[in-house]
Amino acid sequence: MQFGILVNEGPYNHEASDSAYLFARTAIEKGHKVPRIFFYHDGVNNSTRMAEPPQDDRNVTMRWSKLAEEHGIDLVVCVAAALRRGIKDELLAPGFRISGLGQLVEMGIQYDRLVTFGD
Amino acid sequence: MLHIVNKSATERSSLESCLRMATKGSAVLLIEDAVYAATNGNAAAAKIQAAAADLKIYALGPDLAARGMAGRVLDGVNVVDYGGFVDLVAEHSNCQSWL
Amino acid sequence: MSDMDDMDDGSGVVKKFMFLNRKAPHGTVYALEGLEVVLITAAFDQDVSMVFTDDGVYQLMKGVDTKGIEVKDFSKTYRALEGYDIEKLYVDQVSLDARGLTEDDLIVDVTVLSVDEMANLMAEQDVVISF
Repeated sequence: MQFGILVNEGPYNHEASDSAYLFARTAIEKGHKVPRIFFYHDGVNNSTRMAEPPQDDRNVTMRWSKLAEEHGIDLVVCVAAALRRGIKDELLAPGFRISGLGQLVEMGIQYDRLVTFGD
Repeated sequence: MLHIVNKSATERSSLESCLRMATKGSAVLLIEDAVYAATNGNAAAAKIQAAAADLKIYALGPDLAARGMAGRVLDGVNVVDYGGFVDLVAEHSNCQSWL
Repeated sequence: MSDMDDMDDGSGVVKKFMFLNRKAPHGTVYALEGLEVVLITAAFDQDVSMVFTDDGVYQLMKGVDTKGIEVKDFSKTYRALEGYDIEKLYVDQVSLDARGLTEDDLIVDVTVLSVDEMANLMAEQDVVISF
């Protein structure tokens, strides 16, 4: 089955991106496909490679990049939400790209399920 | 339908709204701070137990454990891990997150 | 705005999308950014319903004046929805009652639904996105 995932909150402030990551990783482990994850609202803050969490904490952004690289996941950051919050192409961690909300709507149309994680 | 709730019922109204609109036979999964509602003595426990007559109530085990609540789960609530969460999404034709 | 032009994902699939608005405007950005998703979804020619429950009903208040808080007044966008073929606007009766509001207080024409009607409408959707 194909799952789309929508992440609406930034890392560290809210558990949403942790829950979304664990859900995506587990779905893939169970043989499902997660072709794309869409980041909206403050969720766009998951994408910046400028984040430097303490060494003893998880690195949410790098974790997304690694999952995307291993499983070919398209990590899409909403352009309008990103520009509003100062997220630009040159700040993106590997695997992320900036695009329009149409990419979110396509997930709803094309995939079997769309699961939202937010506040 | 699978309803996913992530807010503490003693802080916000999302669980109450969810239980109001969930049709008979649908499933409710409590994750993040919503898991407190599924524990003994919580002010929302009676609502959960009443709802369990018509709905299937699940709580996410890793979120319960992270909050020291793993040993306090109400009778009638099914504890699932992330694999169970994925299965619930797959088994139901649609899902809704009560943000 | 090119985003607003008709879009097509090439599949010809039309799904039932429900946008569930449960949050008041201005206190957080969800209502404003949620509205942007609704407009894009309609441009994909999908079957779009907008539902306002809980504090989401406050998004539709008449008589909004945002000058004093120096933010955009997006309440007028709700009146423009018809132009995007978004005509299915539903409001939860219980949520209106709990806030001392009636249909007359709202900026657009809506269909007011009972709890059972709301529950059945939600259950029949393909995709539910909550803001």
